[in-house]
Amino acid sequence: MNEVTGEVTGPMPNFDNAASDRKFVVICSKGNLDMAYPGLVLANAALGEGLEVHLFFTFWGLDMITKKRMESLQFTTIGNTAAHMPPGPEGAPVDDTAATAMFRKQIADVGVPEVPDFLEQIVASGGHLWACKMSVDMMQLNKDDLYDEVEDIMNASDFIVMSEGAQLLFI
Amino acid sequence: MTTAIINGTQVHVNEEGFLTNYDEWNEEIAKVLAANIGIDLTDEHWKVIRFLRDDFPTQGETATIRRTSTVGGFDIKQLFALFPQKPAKKMAYIAGLPKPRGCV
Repeated sequence: MNEVTGEVTGPMPNFDNAASDRKFVVICSKGNLDMAYPGLVLANAALGEGLEVHLFFTFWGLDMITKKRMESLQFTTIGNTAAHMPPGPEGAPVDDTAATAMFRKQIADVGVPEVPDFLEQIVASGGHLWACKMSVDMMQLNKDDLYDEVEDIMNASDFIVMSEGAQLLFI
Repeated sequence: MTTAIINGTQVHVNEEGFLTNYDEWNEEIAKVLAANIGIDLTDEHWKVIRFLRDDFPTQGETATIRRTSTVGGFDIKQLFALFPQKPAKKMAYIAGLPKPRGCV
């Protein structure tokens, strides 16, 4: 053990979370690639600030934690004016492969991981992942179909109990 | 410009106490800063601190947890164990660097 005898005189950062006891819950309800990120980024940031963090995946958000879909989420320009893409001929089939590839590259260029890697980071940082029971039942899935780090399938009542006192974000 | 006296040496810091001049840091200062936030530096801590110090001049900003993991090769669980609760900020503070700017 090092003997440290020095002292600091001056401003001090506040790293003490004991007084706040904050809890952060994100409901992820979208399966589009671009809409997967806001919840993941904020959950990760909250973990980095020492908060207790839970992510609850419901409806299309379940794709983010479904093994056969989580690696192939798509970005679409349809109905998204902020994609800044010219409209195609009316009724023409749309191929989102290029748009998705470009989106993935832009995300990678800023050092942000793909969705499965991001979930792994969140779990390694102490975050908790939960699947919505009603959505799992609707899509005829079971626990084995879900990402291994998902802790459990949770019904609406369980969610209300789990999220007591939390700051809640619906995406 | 705010200053602080650390271990008898005057250094420049921001309003939160993070050192603002890369060259004013040394390992003795790091030990005092760490002790100040309840961390006793082990070899494992030093590996992380040295990575941050080496990485900063190449990037112009402090490595995030993501970068410390992917580029530095450190396990994220271990980073949270070594620097509990707020690893990115605690690592930066001890390494005499600004808080990371990146979101992830």
